[in-house]
Amino acid sequence: MERSPVSLVALHAPKVPLLSLDTVWFQVAGTLCNLTCHHCFISCGPGNRSHEMMARAEVARYLEEVGDLGVKDLYFTGGEPFLNREILGILEDALRVAPTTVLTNATLIDDRRAGDLAALARATRYSFEVRVSLDGLTPETNDPIRGEGTFRTTIRGAEALHRAGIEPILTVAQTWSDEEDTGLRERFHALLRSLGIARPRVKVLPLFRLGREAGRTRGYEPEERLTREHVVDYDFWNLQCSTSRMVTSRGVFVCPILIDVPAARMGSTLRETLRPFPLAHGACHTCWATGASCRN
Amino acid sequence: METPAHPDLVIDDPSLEGPLAFVGGPYGNDRALRAVLEDAVQRGASRIFCLGDLGGFGPYPERVLPLLDEFEVITLAGNYDRALSEGSGSCGCGYTHPDDNRFARIAYAYTSRRTSDAERMRFGALPRHIRFLRGGARYLLCHGSPRRVNEFLWESACSDAFLERIAREAAADIVLCSHTGLPWTRVLPSGARFVNVGAVGRPANDGRTQAWYAWLPGSSRDVELVPVPYDHDAVARDMEREGLPPEFANTIRTGWWTTCLEVLPARERARGRF
Repeated sequence: MERSPVSLVALHAPKVPLLSLDTVWFQVAGTLCNLTCHHCFISCGPGNRSHEMMARAEVARYLEEVGDLGVKDLYFTGGEPFLNREILGILEDALRVAPTTVLTNATLIDDRRAGDLAALARATRYSFEVRVSLDGLTPETNDPIRGEGTFRTTIRGAEALHRAGIEPILTVAQTWSDEEDTGLRERFHALLRSLGIARPRVKVLPLFRLGREAGRTRGYEPEERLTREHVVDYDFWNLQCSTSRMVTSRGVFVCPILIDVPAARMGSTLRETLRPFPLAHGACHTCWATGASCRN
Repeated sequence: METPAHPDLVIDDPSLEGPLAFVGGPYGNDRALRAVLEDAVQRGASRIFCLGDLGGFGPYPERVLPLLDEFEVITLAGNYDRALSEGSGSCGCGYTHPDDNRFARIAYAYTSRRTSDAERMRFGALPRHIRFLRGGARYLLCHGSPRRVNEFLWESACSDAFLERIAREAAADIVLCSHTGLPWTRVLPSGARFVNVGAVGRPANDGRTQAWYAWLPGSSRDVELVPVPYDHDAVARDMEREGLPPEFANTIRTGWWTTCLEVLPARERARGRF
């Protein structure tokens, strides 16, 4: 866990209200991952047990609360969700309750597993999205960030999804400058089209200067903090923490980014977290400045 | 939550017990709007409602208000109408993807150029919501959702539990909304109902060129979604003549969306061609 100055800064930080609990995230694979990406803001990897795998029964208990509280949609992430042996059952349970998205590196998705996911998509009236992470257009740009051979295995997984009838959303962390942005987005679209994906979708996320990313580039500077002036006449709906929470094996956290910050744990049940939260972390500044949301 | 500048318009009138028609965004497509309004009158509508977004996408936004006046349509404000009345720099559609926003900017700039100060004043006076009682049920009409003018309520992306909650929070038994451009209806386990009335000005991404609106027969709560053919080829030609993007005219001609697609959830996206 990060030793964060969050509790000191929190005294002076502006608070974000919980306007409506619309989205619930699950850290369904904990911080366990088969990859060790250099920009991972929660430093996931094969040996990281900061957050444990979640059991199907544990998720199911939260899904009851999800129904009671009128949650709109659900997201499952990790770590790598497909390391969780119960993931298909968990997604099946989720899709009975609400529209569902799973975030994966796709390296563990073969034709059989893609077929299982397509069957889930056919069996529900809700949208079932699969988001696939990739950080470069070629092995030369992707693999230095995500690991040797990952470009090839991720593309293979995306192709298997496409063959099964699921059009994945490519999720890319923005490791390039804003000036290069438009051209690169188009090239990621083109990459998907080259795989035969007729309706390419790309989601670009900013980098969060936490975990391994803080070592790769830099951590947050003290001045990268929100003050009350930042949120005068501000529309809090733009911040995902005004409408979502993150469930892990260790309880319910304010958002998917801050699960290694002890002060970001808000309770053991969703109901306990229906209250404001101080925007005291550098990552809060990133969301405010970029307008980023982890949602699709 | 938003604090509406204008309170809800609450209507109490015997005409509400008769058949009602609800039209979504005309989007400056005057030919589609006229066809839909004439269809509703022919069916014997005792009242017609418009759920906002008078301009955007289509060629003649300036022809929409006169048509709504001619048919005595009761209209609420969409995000477009609010943005124009407030002199905002963007339509406030709520897109998050750059590709969607690129085309949204073109449509908004075009519409804004053709919107007079008098029209902006009238847009500014439109109510945010319309409420009425009919057959003992509480009806709520809104543009995006009861709580946000630009919230997208896609059929596949809203859990039953969520729709139950926002209907309850809005103190409504039947919610009619628009904004997404794709019509759908759902009866919830509690008996509450949601209807997305679609949009008149842009086809429903189903390869059909008709305009859709929602029809509520007298003494019924079961809304019917009605497709109405119109001279869509003429609108496509109008768009080309006025210099709107060829992608817009292509959508009108084919019934498939070609722009502002990134916002679609998986299921709705898979139904389209692009």
